[in-house]
Amino acid sequence: MKNIRYTSIEGNSIKFLGLLGVYGFFILLGFYAFITMEHEGHWITGMTNQVIWGLPHVFAIFLIVAASGALNVASIASVFNKSFYKPLAKLSAVLSLALLAGGLAVLLLDLGRPDRLIVAITYYNFKSIFAWNIILYTGFFGIVGIYLWTMLDWEVEKYKRIAGTAAFIWRLILTTGTGSIFGFLVSRQAYDAAIMAPMFIIMSFSFGLAIYLLVLMASYKWTGRELGDAVITKLKNLLGVFIAATLYFSLAYHLTNLYATEHHGIEAFVLMEGGVITNMFWYGQVIIGAIIPLLIVYLPRPAKSRTMIGIASVLVILGGLASLYVILIGGQSYPMTLVPGYEATSTFADGAITEYSPSIWEFMLGMGGVAISLVIVTFAVKIFRLLPDSLADSIAAPQK
Amino acid sequence: MSSKTNSSSNKIDQYRRRLLGGSAAAVAGLTLAPGLILNTVQAKPADQAVSNKNRWGLLIDTKKCADGCTDCVTACNTEHGLREIHGPATDAQWIRNVTLKNKSTGHTVNMPVMCQHCENPPCVDVCPTGASFKRDDGIVLVDKHICIGCRYCMMACPYKARNFIHEVLTDQLPVAPRGKGTVEACTLCVHKVDNGDGTTACADACKHGAITFGDLNDKNSLISKKLEMTGGRQLRAELGLNTGVRYQGL
Repeated sequence: MKNIRYTSIEGNSIKFLGLLGVYGFFILLGFYAFITMEHEGHWITGMTNQVIWGLPHVFAIFLIVAASGALNVASIASVFNKSFYKPLAKLSAVLSLALLAGGLAVLLLDLGRPDRLIVAITYYNFKSIFAWNIILYTGFFGIVGIYLWTMLDWEVEKYKRIAGTAAFIWRLILTTGTGSIFGFLVSRQAYDAAIMAPMFIIMSFSFGLAIYLLVLMASYKWTGRELGDAVITKLKNLLGVFIAATLYFSLAYHLTNLYATEHHGIEAFVLMEGGVITNMFWYGQVIIGAIIPLLIVYLPRPAKSRTMIGIASVLVILGGLASLYVILIGGQSYPMTLVPGYEATSTFADGAITEYSPSIWEFMLGMGGVAISLVIVTFAVKIFRLLPDSLADSIAAPQK
Repeated sequence: MSSKTNSSSNKIDQYRRRLLGGSAAAVAGLTLAPGLILNTVQAKPADQAVSNKNRWGLLIDTKKCADGCTDCVTACNTEHGLREIHGPATDAQWIRNVTLKNKSTGHTVNMPVMCQHCENPPCVDVCPTGASFKRDDGIVLVDKHICIGCRYCMMACPYKARNFIHEVLTDQLPVAPRGKGTVEACTLCVHKVDNGDGTTACADACKHGAITFGDLNDKNSLISKKLEMTGGRQLRAELGLNTGVRYQGL
């Protein structure tokens, strides 16, 4: 095995500072949105008593799901002992921590009482999957933090496999917990499905790897380091498998619903009559988020282009946001059945499909979370020695 | 020498501080104690502690619920200080009038829908902090002190009975402590129940006699007798939540 030298990036160029400036701008916007929402109350957002969780949750859950997926590259190296992925592992762990931090920030700042964070971490109802998630998220920081330490400090390197395995198991439980937020909801037609947990796990593989690919390509391009085709080809092929698997789970979910007559209403809403939701599903989740990226990563010509692989990764991210929009907003917009066989009407939108228009505040808060994640990664690659000097084929490929 | 003087004067200072501190504490204690003791006495329930001997509930006779009548809604709003602020999408509605139309026969039914005070409430199951809770007597409430405003209970409620407070509120009523950023719902007029009033604002206001409040555990109560005679249906009974609110005429 060739000796791989990890170095931090210099991080004092105008471009680097400019990048931090852009992130800082979005973080400030997010903070301003938070202050405004906190001061005025949620009535200024698009969220109502019908659509309870809005765009901030789409962003937050996307980032949290992607966080556990971003750890995959490290897991393949440490748990499954694939030496090819070892040089890529440190960035993978840092990215997963950064994404989780960004996601949790959005989730926290959208609470009705964010000032009661201390209550959230001192009062536990252990029957609540949400309470479990608080423990799972906090634990993730601890375990992945230790795992990262075993990768950075040669004195504790011998514990890397154990730490990596613990982190891998923890992340699977974590995403099971995130999926179960919806899987355990008996009240609504779109949820209450055991498939939610494994579907969220496979979604995390796909979203996390897409973000990882983009961060890796950007880091190498912007610092003038060499990134060989071997790494890119492996990762994009893996991404293809994950995209297809995500599509398969979505297909299984909708086919199961279509078989049961009681779910025909929600399926007709999502697949045909739901307006924005239907468009988000077909154009966002299926075409932009799955079919086009699949074509890019598997058709011989586009698969050779870095730009095209970058585009495929961006499309997977956009498709991922769209799919969470469909699950979250679509699932809430469709009315609950109060009495089967009866049509309901009321002043509280019973029996009616609720229109949801996200406000600029929600978008700003969500983007603030994304910027928090990116600023953490950007700082981390400057402070820690995370990136190999070169991932040229001559260095990365012989390690197969 | 001077250090000795200093240390002795320090000691005097310490004694003085102790004396002053002790006196202050004694004065404070004498001033506050009666209030504290008084408050403890006042904070006790009017007659006895809440127990699971009772299971409070409502029976709604939809055949008596008049078309277009909103007396129960108005009474609830007045009782708890709920009012129109930013429109129906975000305003709190603890009770709402629902009109149901049978898809095949066209038969129409009116009924008020509020928190169903389930025996196995999904809102209580999902609440991360335990703010959503059920009393021993079956009343489901929100502890406003530990609600973090995550709204997971609203996602979980099969009856859409919960409301999030979307704005700053002023002039709240003592019987309904409400505040921005927390979740709330029908309390089954818990203040009246604890006061031994034996009714709720909605039941009291219904001039058609469509709403009966009572103890489902007491076989001799009016609500139990009515249920025994003519039966009552739970909304979304298939979920097995055993609601405290029952409906007739559906």
